[in-house]
Amino acid sequence: MADPALELVDVEVRYGPVPAVRGLGLRVDPGEIVGLIGPNGAGKSTTLHAIMGLLGVHRGDIRVGGRSVLGRPPEAIARRGVALVPEGRRIFGGLTVEENLRLGLAARRGNGADPLADAYELFPMLREFRRRQAGVLSGGQQQQLAIARALVARPQLLLLDEPSLGLAPTAVDTVFDALAAIREAGVTILLVEQRAQRTVALADRTYVLVNGTLRLELSPADAADTVKLVAAYLSA
Amino acid sequence: MTLLAFVDAQTLVDAVGLGAVYALMAVGIGLVFGVLRLVNFAYGQVTMVGAYTLAFTAAWPVGLSVAACFAVVVALSLVMDRAVFRPLRGQSPAVMLVTTFAVAFLLQAVALLVDVRDDTIGEPAVSVAPLNQAITVHGVDVRKVTLVAVGAAVVALAALALLLTRTTIGLHTRAAAADFETARLLGVRANRVIGFSVLLSGLLAAGVAVILTVQFPLVTPDFALRDTIVVLVGVVVGGLDRLWTATLGGFAIGFASGVINGALPTDKTVFLPSAVFALVILVLLLRPAGLFVWGRQATVDRL
Repeated sequence: MADPALELVDVEVRYGPVPAVRGLGLRVDPGEIVGLIGPNGAGKSTTLHAIMGLLGVHRGDIRVGGRSVLGRPPEAIARRGVALVPEGRRIFGGLTVEENLRLGLAARRGNGADPLADAYELFPMLREFRRRQAGVLSGGQQQQLAIARALVARPQLLLLDEPSLGLAPTAVDTVFDALAAIREAGVTILLVEQRAQRTVALADRTYVLVNGTLRLELSPADAADTVKLVAAYLSA
Repeated sequence: MTLLAFVDAQTLVDAVGLGAVYALMAVGIGLVFGVLRLVNFAYGQVTMVGAYTLAFTAAWPVGLSVAACFAVVVALSLVMDRAVFRPLRGQSPAVMLVTTFAVAFLLQAVALLVDVRDDTIGEPAVSVAPLNQAITVHGVDVRKVTLVAVGAAVVALAALALLLTRTTIGLHTRAAAADFETARLLGVRANRVIGFSVLLSGLLAAGVAVILTVQFPLVTPDFALRDTIVVLVGVVVGGLDRLWTATLGGFAIGFASGVINGALPTDKTVFLPSAVFALVILVLLLRPAGLFVWGRQATVDRL
């Protein structure tokens, strides 16, 4: 059996003395898209930051492709094939769209003839605006850029932190359509979202995180079960 | 009628020369600040070590002496990064600033110990002294070192601009200066980017050491200390948040110092620092974000 793309074993992350995530066990197999939903402050972003090495892990282990990444700096984890689309997009507003995409190549092994071609194919708007400063793009366009920037690294595992946050409904559709296309391309995805229904419908499995612990696992069939989704959130 | 009407062409030429040297120092300080958020107070002492290298190798052929200066300064800069800056990365700006004070005084103390072995303080650095000769252009004496300073500043800034905008390491450096955490999340190697900035900063410090020893051939342990303080003030006045505004700030304070020095009567030049810093206070009162920072620029990328 192949190693999981990502495995969290009994992970505890603290801010000072306060645990933000406790006893978290989670597994994402290659090619899967796994959702992680929960109310504000549940520990979703904390989990992603711990995976990327931005936060120390107090207890437990985090393995990427079967190898522990504990203690590794963020750039080393990125170069191991993990890409994060951070909350708030965090694009470089003073750089051009193309320069933002070229930054994504930092973690990529072997650039090939046109390393940005796939990104432009997925989001044609980016090719059109490639010479523009990224800061002048709309929120939805910046989110496309943030996703494309992560993808040019050709990651084995893509982490997304609330990619639909603050976007107009049409922009949200674009993001979720892109996620479906990315899954078709074989990229493993861990998706942190507030839009529970859409996430549950898209993901192979979705975990509900409340107060730093996993409370529930949902399948796509649960997407239409509004009562169950609301109950999962209210269990906080 | 402006102040410039009261100064002659000679003063303006010298002021441009001083502004160019300070601009180079400002770039060196601004580069490291961009990626480390570290105001390197020890920058002047690194320059001082370069000047001592020129003094101790004064008997060597000029090219070899200058090469030794560059090698020593760059090596010292990289050692400082590895031994001091890297372990402190992530500490508060106050901790890092105080540490650079400590490094500055350490280097000064070591220089003093080495210097006083011959029972005198100060070593002459004469290897590049011929640059102090002047050529006359339309009645104005222009020292060769002024031309070298202006030329070096123009070439260094142009080369830096190309490096930062046309190369991958330059792109990574600009990204790291804007948002280091996000850059690292994308796979940008922190150590490489910081090492690159420190290396460039060292090269600039070595260049400044060569130029300053032409103007001040007697090298002492406090060599370039006053210049560093003035440049740090200039960098803040220009706008520390962006490299080009910091550079302009360095040039502006050097130019202003030169012009005020020329405008003051000879027996009143003792008031030069007071006049310059009064001007600085006025500028900071009127434009606290920086003389050359406009609109939202203070919050965008820094290189």
